[in-house]
Amino acid sequence: MKVTIEVNGSEVSDEVEDRTLLVHFIRDNAGLTATNVGCDTTSCGACTVLLDGESVKSCTILAAQADGHAVTTLEGLSGEGELHPVQRAFRDQHGLQCGFCTPGMIMASVSLLAHNPKPTREEVRHGLEGNLCRCTGYHNIVNAVVDASGQEVGR
Amino acid sequence: MIPARFTYLRAASVDEAVAMLGQYGDEAKVLAGGHSLLPLMKLRLAAPGVLVDITPLDGLRQVRQEGGDIVIGALSRFHDLHGDPVLAEHAPLLAHVAGEVGDQQVRHRGTIGGSLVHADPAADLSAAVLACDGALVVSGPQGRREIPAAEFFLGPFTTPLEPDELLTEIRVPARAGTGWGFEKFRRRAIDWAIVGVAVTGTSVSLINMAGTPVRATATERALAEGASLADAAALAAEGTSPVEEPHASTEYRRHLARVLTARALERAAG
Repeated sequence: MKVTIEVNGSEVSDEVEDRTLLVHFIRDNAGLTATNVGCDTTSCGACTVLLDGESVKSCTILAAQADGHAVTTLEGLSGEGELHPVQRAFRDQHGLQCGFCTPGMIMASVSLLAHNPKPTREEVRHGLEGNLCRCTGYHNIVNAVVDASGQEVGR
Repeated sequence: MIPARFTYLRAASVDEAVAMLGQYGDEAKVLAGGHSLLPLMKLRLAAPGVLVDITPLDGLRQVRQEGGDIVIGALSRFHDLHGDPVLAEHAPLLAHVAGEVGDQQVRHRGTIGGSLVHADPAADLSAAVLACDGALVVSGPQGRREIPAAEFFLGPFTTPLEPDELLTEIRVPARAGTGWGFEKFRRRAIDWAIVGVAVTGTSVSLINMAGTPVRATATERALAEGASLADAAALAAEGTSPVEEPHASTEYRRHLARVLTARALERAAG
């Protein structure tokens, strides 16, 4: 079937199999590879993108279901040469180790902050339950989200 | 993992969805949020030949009050329900439980209707709707029919829905000001409940203590007869049939049911 998805503000149209998952459309058809396939079972959150502004796991959505909708990936968060405030905070707070989970963590954090601009540390942990970091670097990830929200980073 | 091949159809109305289901019968499955169905398909535990996508039916994504009932569209997502002011006032148990399902991303996509129809005995909302004395409204070629939640869950992943019927609404009695409690025990944040308890007023439902969500009838009877919360909670596992699994024995589950029921009853009373 033909699928047209607005990816980071640009329309991407392609003929795909009905069973194509959104994450594969993003990586293979739109050519954007920041979005990782991690567990592929709706657990780890590495494939998190925004669909119509809400964080979703793109391994568990058909490209066909996103037809006519808008997707934002990590690549679409900021302009040329700039960092989004959440990206900047992840860098400043060393909120990553190997970096594999980072795109998903950042997209989930952006969505979390959109709903709750000043989360407590506990609320950050609850909001990021759907994202796993195999380096177990959660402490600095929480620091990064608190920092991005403009709050003092308590340790 | 990629699902086996299927044909994707998109329904533009309830009637069209029902007609598509009628045409393909057992071969077809309804696709809503997809967060139960697509994982099964990726694991090849399900391989429907046709998916009927009802995601675009926005009319089924709303909560409204109708007389003494709260009517929840089947396509309402967990995130919608968690933040819904009507639900928060008149069925606060459901609003709370919707915020405890899965994780943020799952709640943005998963639907209450999909969860109920999937009929997993470990599902949070099935037990909550059962505790609320809810009813499920389904549309089929013969029109609409209403099935009480108490008659909807027949066994693990088994409901009385016909292949050409579509769940469209969930109705629960409006009960503003009713005390409620919800507890679930799981190993990790996003795991299914090993055991859970949903309480509203003096109605008590158990998660994962049988092949379906069940009412803790002995506890409810004791409460009606004036027993203390602790004494009533001690009866929570009566008549249940929890499964034996490597990470939770039958006896451990019975213990959890008693402890969690006590906590949920205290929360509801407080």
